[in-house]
Amino acid sequence: MLEIEIDGKKLTVPGGSTVMDAAHSVGVHIPHFCYHKKLSIAANCRMCLVQVEKAPKPLPACATPVTDGMKVHTHSDMAVTAQKGVMEFLLINHPLDCPICDQGGECQLQDLAVGYGGSASRYEEEKRVVPNKNLGPLISTDMTRCIHCSRCVRFTEEIAGYQELGMPGRGEHTEVMTFIGKTVDSEISGNVIDLCPVGALTSKPFRYSARAWELSRRKSVSPHDGLGANLVVQVKDHRVKRVLPLENEAINECWIADRDRFSYEALNSEERLTKPLIKQGGVWQEADWQSALEYVVHGLKDIIANHGADSIAAVATEQATLEELYLLKQLFAGLGSQNVETRLRAADFGLKTQGATWLGQSIVDFVGSDAVLVVGSTLRKEQPLIAQRLRQAVKKGAKLAIVNSHGDDLLTTLAGELIVRPDQLVEGVLAVIKAVTEARGVAAPAHIDLAGVEVTDAARAVAAVFEGKDKTSIALGNLAQQNPRYAELHAAAAALAELVGAKLGVFAAAANSVGAQLAGATGAGNVFAQPKKAYVLLNTEVEFDTANGAEALAAVQQADMVVALGSFGSCALEHADVILPVSPFSETSGTFVNVEGKPQSFNGVVRPLGETRPAWKVFRVLGNLLGLENFGFNSSEEVRDLVLAGDVAAKLSNAAVAPVAVKAQAASGVVRLGEVPIYQLDMLTRRAPALQATADALAASQLKANAATLAKLGLAHGGNAQVKQGAGVATLAVALDAGLADDVVRVAANLPATRALGALTAAIEVTQA
Amino acid sequence: MTVYVKGVVFEGVDFDDPNSWKIDAYIKRGGYAALKKILQEGITQDAIIAEMKASALRGRGGAGFPTGLKWSFMPRSFPGQKYLVCNTDEGEPGTFKDLDIIVNNPHALIEGMIIGGFAMGISVGYNYIHGEVFEAYQRFEAALEEARAAGFLGERILGTDFSFQLHGHHGYGAYICGEETALLESLEGKKGQPRFKPPFPASFGLYGKPTTINNTETFASVPYIIREGGQKFLELGKPNNGGTKLFSVSGHVNRPGNYEIPLGTPFSELLEMCGGMRGGKKLKAVIPGGSSAPVLPADIMMQCTMDYDSIAKAGSMLGSGAVIVMDETTCMVKALERLSYFYFEESCGQCTPCREGTGWLYRVVHRIEHGQGRAEDLDLLLSVGANIAGRTICALGDAAVMPVQGMLKHFRAEFEHHIEHKNCVAPGY
Amino acid sequence: MAATRLLSDDARKEIDRELAKYPAEQRRSATMSALRIAQVEHRWLTNELIEEVAEYIGIAPVAVYEVATFYNMFDREPVGRHKITVCTNLPCALSGGADAGKYLQQKLGIGYGETTADGRFTLKEGECMGACGYAPVLLMNNHSMCKHMTPEAIDKKLAELE
Ligand SMILES: Cc1cc2nc3c(=O)[nH]c(=O)nc-3n(C[C@H](O)[C@H](O)[C@H](O)COP(=O)(O)O)c2cc1C
Ligand code: SF4
Ligand code: FES
Repeated sequence: MLEIEIDGKKLTVPGGSTVMDAAHSVGVHIPHFCYHKKLSIAANCRMCLVQVEKAPKPLPACATPVTDGMKVHTHSDMAVTAQKGVMEFLLINHPLDCPICDQGGECQLQDLAVGYGGSASRYEEEKRVVPNKNLGPLISTDMTRCIHCSRCVRFTEEIAGYQELGMPGRGEHTEVMTFIGKTVDSEISGNVIDLCPVGALTSKPFRYSARAWELSRRKSVSPHDGLGANLVVQVKDHRVKRVLPLENEAINECWIADRDRFSYEALNSEERLTKPLIKQGGVWQEADWQSALEYVVHGLKDIIANHGADSIAAVATEQATLEELYLLKQLFAGLGSQNVETRLRAADFGLKTQGATWLGQSIVDFVGSDAVLVVGSTLRKEQPLIAQRLRQAVKKGAKLAIVNSHGDDLLTTLAGELIVRPDQLVEGVLAVIKAVTEARGVAAPAHIDLAGVEVTDAARAVAAVFEGKDKTSIALGNLAQQNPRYAELHAAAAALAELVGAKLGVFAAAANSVGAQLAGATGAGNVFAQPKKAYVLLNTEVEFDTANGAEALAAVQQADMVVALGSFGSCALEHADVILPVSPFSETSGTFVNVEGKPQSFNGVVRPLGETRPAWKVFRVLGNLLGLENFGFNSSEEVRDLVLAGDVAAKLSNAAVAPVAVKAQAASGVVRLGEVPIYQLDMLTRRAPALQATADALAASQLKANAATLAKLGLAHGGNAQVKQGAGVATLAVALDAGLADDVVRVAANLPATRALGALTAAIEVTQA
Repeated sequence: MTVYVKGVVFEGVDFDDPNSWKIDAYIKRGGYAALKKILQEGITQDAIIAEMKASALRGRGGAGFPTGLKWSFMPRSFPGQKYLVCNTDEGEPGTFKDLDIIVNNPHALIEGMIIGGFAMGISVGYNYIHGEVFEAYQRFEAALEEARAAGFLGERILGTDFSFQLHGHHGYGAYICGEETALLESLEGKKGQPRFKPPFPASFGLYGKPTTINNTETFASVPYIIREGGQKFLELGKPNNGGTKLFSVSGHVNRPGNYEIPLGTPFSELLEMCGGMRGGKKLKAVIPGGSSAPVLPADIMMQCTMDYDSIAKAGSMLGSGAVIVMDETTCMVKALERLSYFYFEESCGQCTPCREGTGWLYRVVHRIEHGQGRAEDLDLLLSVGANIAGRTICALGDAAVMPVQGMLKHFRAEFEHHIEHKNCVAPGY
Repeated sequence: MAATRLLSDDARKEIDRELAKYPAEQRRSATMSALRIAQVEHRWLTNELIEEVAEYIGIAPVAVYEVATFYNMFDREPVGRHKITVCTNLPCALSGGADAGKYLQQKLGIGYGETTADGRFTLKEGECMGACGYAPVLLMNNHSMCKHMTPEAIDKKLAELE
């Protein structure tokens, strides 16, 4: 520890700290632009110049290491003169257009200029003008305002993992830009908007729609992936105008994914429902809540009376809140039905665990592992911020390996990479197990049959990442969880974890995947395989939210009654009988339990649109109408406290109830690698126009295969193909994907173009189109 | 053109012989003897560094940092890769000495670097060569081939355990890459943007590894020092200013060129060696150490001796030893305009005071030169300069300011005349 | 995914020789030489060429673009068969550098940064080339330096060039 003094305050700081770190630790604010705690030190803006005793010149606080006995003055004449000098330079070429600048009111340059700027400019030469750049649908530019702090450039390179932005040019001709004609396509790109201290990079969807000071700021939690990123939702006139990260070092640090940031556009979509609807004689009629709910109650009662309680089923997406899911489950229990399910994209329900599956440890511990193996995951798209954190971990020396069905670039260094067919993920993990048993001279547990398993060099490389490492982790991604042999895959991964002493984790696909299990809203399995007479759909668009859209849609279409609770009409309009407009996350209180088992409750940030009601209240009324007991909740908090009573941690477990036997199988033929595209995850992302205009969204409907497979199928990069699963047919553009195994055809699911197709991991017919 | 007077770097070089740069000629004039001596007589790393210290050799790149001391900073026992880098990115207006070294005596540099590598326990070196002298880069590559073929470079040099690889790397037109950390960035294949120091290259250099960087002339002086002894080198010059130094004389003299002379030689003598003033004109001013050095008027300059201390005392700096001589016809406003344009054009653009300030300085001087000056402009220049100097990442900021300060200190009246009368007092450039 | 290959096999071989100078994981170090080699082969650097260099080196195109736009000797616009760069910096100017530039402008009928209508010459104003003692100096096509370029010497040189 070093003893120093800042502005007369004595303090001790650890060796290696900078003056900026030290100042922060005692609450001394040093003006700065280029410095950012998560980025490398650039020391280029020079705004943070401070006086250090015995140094002849002012020194940049952000880059100057503390030495023992150092005395720092942040507001001495020398410091302030230097800071004012820098401010003058920053302003000479900066437009004075604060009144029309989107950053106005939240601009660091504007804020500091008030304190440090001169009143009149001594610069009488012509000001610089810099052409704007097209960075894509999310980020708007006004490059004349750029102060060259390079934060955005460092972000793309260091945090997002690929240098999409650069600063070509030299001297005052330096400009922030992408390579000619390219857009910024990272799934976490929006963070550069927050990083930009001025109005050079602003939000394109938000542009000119409100001034910063008109917005009220409310805390919330992201409703998308299982990370549970903390949000600040900004609201004006009861509309969500903008979403920003709320810093939470343990979860999302200071970042959010583009999905978290821009999906709010859907909240204000024209497609929002504002009144309950009942279909009468094939025509939708607006109804009041009372009639609509009574209609539902009568309908369900009738069907149960005629066909039994097992003839009804409820499904919900894992974006529903803990409270909603619990009440839905209770409602069905009250009706005598156990048919409630949220694992809509699963294909194998054979796994029974001792608790809710989860990451197996905290996010911070997970990314603090010395070695991590991720099995079956399109990691950057499934878990954009976990991917980012793992990238930082690799930089600090952690080893990352994957067993996967594709070789998508994780924009980091992989220590091991085993790519297999999607129907061979189990065999992939078995190969790693076998490599471990050979390397360590140990035996696999009895339920893991290694007969016929071939150990490749790739498998050995994956196995080697655990060698000599203490803190190791294995995580199962969405592709694993959606695999038709998930139970086996889980058992194999668990066995591997046991062998190498790793913690086993399951990535939560959605905001409340863990909460859904805690609420008991899982267990029915596939309720579409054997069609039911009635379905209650909570926030579910069957053809977009399920593993087999064609099958689910068929089941729903033949049902006698379909009750759709959701925020949007669209799909349900075709097959539902009643539509109840319920609140999206922004209009209700509720709780999501994230991947690390942390419950995060939030309140509505705006009042429900029109006659929309929070779903938990709708279920409460339905419970009352049905005369069910224990539906007298006064608040969502009461529901939550009931569900989460006791030790939540004790309810989490990835351990199987009984060992699942695993045995290698042969696979052949052309197999589909189906996955959910990043911006098809849920109803909101699907309806966010800006997200739908991203490169990720535009490329989602391509069919991809490696060169050998393309050749074998007579397809060419840039051409078209027709694919068929069962009765479902789709025509798709073809693209080369060198990272796939032979005979794998990558066709995304849950897209308008592919919703008619069948199972995600199954045989698929491909012909030239 | 190059005039060898009494020197170390060009000892024995025959500038009229097109083969004098070759390894045979170099060996004939005593080349690689120092390296052989070290490897065959088992001279230790410590002994070499002690010899370098004894020589009082100061870095010839401009800052004049004692070379022996710099070498002793290298963490010799650092287990990973370490690098040795030579700075031949000579681009400071007025300087052209390193070009002549590479073209006429490349093996002196190569031998110096090999010795440096041995002394600091380094096995890989790069020489970064100014882009515009591409032919010199090719000459250097050819000399490397010769040295490799002769067993002085590569694996197990002269049959010992010592291995050293050396490669040429060329710039492509950026003065800033002469700054050592910009040079490292450029060598890593990036824009040549200086790094903030600390950390210094000795701990975080090329590819983040410990690195020592010296100027071409610095390295080229090493073989002499090892062969003849540090003391003898020191005695060529004067205390604290050991050895001879190359002075690149340009401008209004009869014989511009490189003059290798003992440090401490009176400027008047150097001027005579150059054949005096061109056209018999009167000396007006001299920039004694490359374009970044403050200008000195004739009377002050004629009192100076050519060494670090004397020039510093006179209010300027010896820098890289580029002597720009200006006669009575020179318009100082125009001269400053050109220099200010240079720093504006060459600013790398990353740090605010330099990116914004160099353009501001240039535009104001440009205005004055073009009859648009205002009375308050001279104070504005000094004030803007003061806001740049000492506040930038690298010394280019200071380099841009010093010519302005020097000119206004000694020739303010000429600038005032320009502002008032919108014309020059001197007819020439 | 570059559809066409712009860099010849020879150019690739030459780049490989440069790559060999650096540690295997530091391929980026060869960016400048690769761009130089590409430029010598194609006279100026198109975006496609830059992208191909990026792909060959294995770094982001914008990182190569940064390099191509930072260093003066890279041409991002078409240039004539003979690019002539004149040093007009102060030391050269004192010995006729600026005059040589004016002479060339007159003789070629173009200004700095321009190319003659026949595509034969491009004239550029350069910064210090580190050859001030040889003023006036011209740099021909980046790589060949002509010293003491008096008007007579310039005439002679221009006449030699097709
Ligand atoms: C703007 C700027 C330009 C420089 N240009 C050169 C140069 O062209 N050659 C050089 O050797 N040193 C140059 N230097 C100095 C180097 O940073 C460094 O101090 C030197 O190469 C160290 O070598 P030495 O100790 O042998 O002098 C420059 C410094 C600055 C700030
Ligand atoms: S002083 Fe100038 S050249 Fe040096 S780092 Fe700053 S901007 Fe770049
Ligand atoms: S914050 Fe320190 S230089 Fe920018």
